[in-house]
Amino acid sequence: MSRTWGITQAIDLAEAHERMTATMSIPLPPVPKEKRPRPVQVRAKVVGVRVVGAYREFTLHAPGVGVDAQPGQFITLGVGGNSSALLLRRAFALSGVDGDTINVVVATHGPGTRWICDRQLGDVLDLIGPLGRPFPAPPPGGAALLVAGGYGAASFVGLAQRLCAAGHAVAAVLGAATGDRLYAVPEFRALTRVLAVTTEDGSAGRTGRVTDVVPELLPGASVVYACGPMPMLRAVAAQSAAYGLICHVSVEEAMACGIGVCMTCVLPVIGDDGTSRFLRSCVDGPVFEGANVRFDDIGRLPDDLYGAAAMRATR
Amino acid sequence: MTPSADARPKAVMGTDMRTHLGATQIPNPVLTASGCAAAGRELDPFLDLTALGAVVTKSVQLRARSGRATPRMSETPSGMLNSIGLQGPGIDELLRTDLPWLADRGARAMVSIAGGAVEEYAELATRLRGARGMVALEVNISCPNVESRGEVFACDPAAAWAVLAAVRAADPGVPVYAKLSPDVTDIASVARACVDGGADGISAINTLLGLVVDTDTLRPALAAVTGGLSGPAIRPVALRCVWQIHRAMREIPILGMGGITSGADALQFILAGASAVSVGTAVFGDPNAPERISHELANALASKGFARLSDAVGFAHQSVDFPA
Repeated sequence: MSRTWGITQAIDLAEAHERMTATMSIPLPPVPKEKRPRPVQVRAKVVGVRVVGAYREFTLHAPGVGVDAQPGQFITLGVGGNSSALLLRRAFALSGVDGDTINVVVATHGPGTRWICDRQLGDVLDLIGPLGRPFPAPPPGGAALLVAGGYGAASFVGLAQRLCAAGHAVAAVLGAATGDRLYAVPEFRALTRVLAVTTEDGSAGRTGRVTDVVPELLPGASVVYACGPMPMLRAVAAQSAAYGLICHVSVEEAMACGIGVCMTCVLPVIGDDGTSRFLRSCVDGPVFEGANVRFDDIGRLPDDLYGAAAMRATR
Repeated sequence: MTPSADARPKAVMGTDMRTHLGATQIPNPVLTASGCAAAGRELDPFLDLTALGAVVTKSVQLRARSGRATPRMSETPSGMLNSIGLQGPGIDELLRTDLPWLADRGARAMVSIAGGAVEEYAELATRLRGARGMVALEVNISCPNVESRGEVFACDPAAAWAVLAAVRAADPGVPVYAKLSPDVTDIASVARACVDGGADGISAINTLLGLVVDTDTLRPALAAVTGGLSGPAIRPVALRCVWQIHRAMREIPILGMGGITSGADALQFILAGASAVSVGTAVFGDPNAPERISHELANALASKGFARLSDAVGFAHQSVDFPA
């Protein structure tokens, strides 16, 4: 299997699409939890920095991280250096892999991400990855609709490439509050049969939200993938469910560790056995089947959640 | 009394890092911390679990617990505030999967237990008696994220005594450590009550109760309102507690913890009276931290001329002859 995905910069995209489609035949295998690549912790050197609208795209030399990484997985970065007062790692979707280098897209949220965005060529970062559950494969031959909010598109570049290469028709909706918060529009234009762009302020594409467009594209889709803010995921999952389609959502929850030890990033999720549990976004996700995520109960402790009774029984 | 420079041990090549949990010898004084390493498995890609003094497992209760609603965590200056609420599958699952996995791996387990009543602690200790790979029990009587904060056992010497006495009766042989809260007026008296109840050692400290208000939502940042503060921000508080407990009971071993992120941090705890240390919140930022810190601690001890870790335990007290 090719160790390159999601890397589209500095090449003729249309030509690249032809070439990829012609030479790559990559089915997306379901990746059982047990078979996932073992994460590694490496000193990753910044070998590329690109400003993309409001974001920074970093190319990092991170040996071993990309070897078996799959679209949908993520990495974490330590921030602030050895004497940092910021103890917790920051998580970023893997947007591309090329041998020993990986790409991530960073949006400035606070002091931690600001510190990362200030990194220059040659700087070294503490990196762990690949982490998390990748996107599952679509049904054979099925057309996929990708719906991204803002930098959520980063985790879809590689997925779109692989889906195209495996012969799936791909449509995409990319939305953001403003045009500078869209990501990878040219790449998706090259990779998709149908591309819709929305901005809330009308500075690019159609004025509105992705959810205004999704219903128009659901009839041609066999499966939906969504990545973006939680309210968007909730809405797209509902739209997909109403149309009878499976929607795989990639969530962005606050994490402390990213490796499954801290229990911070949990969501109420319905399991195969019908029982709802608090599952960790970092190791049980970040990709969940949208219909299984109890969006209405995020931030609450539902009575029927596994183990909820013990919380009330405690003295 | 102020020791002169030449009263200090001479430089040595390597330091004997062996120490004890109660009567059980362990090869390395650095352990994970309860609640910061799950049951060890997730850390396996990042360090050698068998080289650690022990994996201290997340506090287990009799029944499965969902934990609290989210948000559960807020990052703070040099620390974090959390209110997980002891999410976990319960003792059956720990005995069925986690402890055998650690034992098969060759890792030592210090099992943290928590309960809402004295009998629950006793039942947990009974269930765990003789569990393969378990080298010690840590009795968590100080989790700040329980429903009735005012009834935390570690805030009342009599209640603390009752829990430790019940655990000791349930398993007379296993080394038992009582994990204490810093949120008390006199931690040494609580420690003494635990020892009187049957504890072999003291784990100090659990998190401090704290609060963060979100200025965007104008509400507390955590769903549970309050949470436990951990990380380097609490290190001086933890060191003070270890110092006071060691001052009160020189012969009682202390598992020191609270914001340890380096070997130098760990050395401070050893010098203040801890005979072993747990690395907790640092794991979230660096899952290799316990391994790294144990190497750094060995180097730090050697560079100060300590031939044995045990020679350094409580060493800082030698220069201080007034009561703490």
